[in-house]
Amino acid sequence: MSDLAGWGNYPRIPTEQLVPARAEAIAPLLAGRSGLVARGQGRAYGDAAVGMATTLTSSRLNRMRRFDPASGELTVEAGVTIADILATYVPRGFFLKVVPGTKFVSIGGAIAADVHGKNHHRDGGFGDHVIALRLMLPNGEIVTCSRHANAELFHATVGGMGLTGIIVEATLVLMPIETGWLVQETHVAEDLDAAMAALERTAAHTYSVAWIDCLARGRALGRSLIYAADHASAADKDRFAPARDAFPPQRRAGPSMPAFMPSFVLNPLAVRGFNALYFRRGARQALTPQLVHWDPYFFPLDTIGHWNRIYGPRGFLQHQCVIPAANARRVLAEILDRVARRGSASFLAVLKQLGDSHGLMSFPLRGYTLAMDFPIQDSLFGFLDELDAIVTAAGGRLYLAKDARQSRATFAAGYAGLDGLRDIRRCIGATDKLVSHLSARLGI
Amino acid sequence: MTVSKSVLVIGGSSDIGHATALRYAERSWQVALAARDTITAQRNADDIKARTGNDVAVHALDILETDRLAAFVDDLPALPDTVISVVGELGDQARAERDIAHAAMVMRTNFEAPSLLLGLFANAFAARGSGTIVGVSSVAGDRGRGSNYVYGAAKAGFSQFLSGLRNRMALTGKVRVVTVKPGFVRTRMTAHLKLPAPLTVTPARVAADIYAAAEESPRDVIYVGRRFWLVMTIIGLIPEALFKRLKL
Repeated sequence: MSDLAGWGNYPRIPTEQLVPARAEAIAPLLAGRSGLVARGQGRAYGDAAVGMATTLTSSRLNRMRRFDPASGELTVEAGVTIADILATYVPRGFFLKVVPGTKFVSIGGAIAADVHGKNHHRDGGFGDHVIALRLMLPNGEIVTCSRHANAELFHATVGGMGLTGIIVEATLVLMPIETGWLVQETHVAEDLDAAMAALERTAAHTYSVAWIDCLARGRALGRSLIYAADHASAADKDRFAPARDAFPPQRRAGPSMPAFMPSFVLNPLAVRGFNALYFRRGARQALTPQLVHWDPYFFPLDTIGHWNRIYGPRGFLQHQCVIPAANARRVLAEILDRVARRGSASFLAVLKQLGDSHGLMSFPLRGYTLAMDFPIQDSLFGFLDELDAIVTAAGGRLYLAKDARQSRATFAAGYAGLDGLRDIRRCIGATDKLVSHLSARLGI
Repeated sequence: MTVSKSVLVIGGSSDIGHATALRYAERSWQVALAARDTITAQRNADDIKARTGNDVAVHALDILETDRLAAFVDDLPALPDTVISVVGELGDQARAERDIAHAAMVMRTNFEAPSLLLGLFANAFAARGSGTIVGVSSVAGDRGRGSNYVYGAAKAGFSQFLSGLRNRMALTGKVRVVTVKPGFVRTRMTAHLKLPAPLTVTPARVAADIYAAAEESPRDVIYVGRRFWLVMTIIGLIPEALFKRLKL
């Protein structure tokens, strides 16, 4: 038994940890145990990947199985990471169709959370580009699931938070790219209306996302920088940087946060200063297209190892909600206003458009998602409950991969697929067998 | 057109074997793996093929069946340019102290069998007039410690065998022998141990150092990680009268 936490370092919970060396080694571990859940790289923020009794870590299921360059179909074991896939295939001219904000996630985790990227409004979620997966059921049997075989199970496993079985292998489609570069445009939005308009205006680009200054208030409420980008063609690359390598390798890891920062580091004044500088720097680049390397473009925070430690030993919570498009303007304004008035330090706040999703429990729905980080304080929990009430009233929901504290009522109101998931879990014998702290907390 | 060189990795089911074979495949070598556990070796071969596009052959070999080693070398489709042994078995020291069969297995796996096999390759390479032999030994062979001396003694024997083989080959010409001494490596063999993070390296790091020492900037003996060279040098300098009383 040792303590385990998600990326937010909250909560920390004792659990037995097992690290099977091969898929075949998992079935004997399942026999005679209950209260297990699979864990990838531990990048879910809360308690999704901490088993009630036992946590099965996939880090050693890290072999690729086969790749067909003609179709782009890649089959990998569930513990292979996005970082590994990109380091291997960008030099060969391929990219994943969907990548989340960190490359240090496993493929099993990316499917279980049906992670989304800056292109969800156009290209859907990670699960939409999974052709098939091999799932170990609670009885140890491995079944192949796809949109054609065991479709119901496939549908429940994409976004199913590991509660329908242990994903041991998946087949994805990679897309060909002409270069490993992106052409990025920055737009400045002085308030929330402008930010939402800019996101809509830039939705034709492959990628678009807004960084939002949560401490701006009054008329500047919602002021943002909007980044829109597309994969650079060979001609683009030659125009901007003819001497550069067309397929640059991944960037070397930068400095790592050596220890937890004391909590005073992240005081509102410091964050306000950071945000002001960041906004000014972004504004200077406005509307001048830039050529950006794939690695810092998609994964800016990955260059700082253990950046989560900046929030101190108590950890932090990320609140990520999605609000249906019809109510988004009014509801986002209310949430941002409350956050700004609270004045708590959240310098990582992201606003983006989402499209429809296809997993039974997938997070995205057509509308806007807002993600904000908050260092843990006693007063935070009540405050987030208030935000949840606003989200629920607007027909929205919270992202399970980020969640460590929402109530059962908030969860049940947001996820219409819950009963269906419970049925499937009963049917395959997962109800007591596959239990994470998240599933127990939310009554899944 | 240049014909690519070939490498045979003995112990191809292991994590270091996998990482080493991948390193060579990424540099366009023809790679073959030999292992007793051909299912795991095939998993590694499939991984390397998916990553690099290069086919990887898998040969079945139980290295402890030493009377079959000569036939194994003779039956290979072609003699490789480089042969690398990453064969190793940590065993259980406490068990080895009371169970003679276990101790013998650890000694045979780490010393007898890989030495005999590499000796056969040395003869074949000498007859051809070229070849590189890499033996992955261990820093554990540098000095006997109470906590793992059965493994350490076997690795010491293997290191000395490689040293003597290198001497013999150097006098006759073109065959090189490289001794690689990793310290702590995070692998399946050590998955159950708590290893000191600053001194622990990845299999990929071992693989990169093997490739560099064997193919890029030739070396005879390398420690993986300069820190470990320093640690072992200091450990080697402790007088035996003191050393025997340390808990190491």
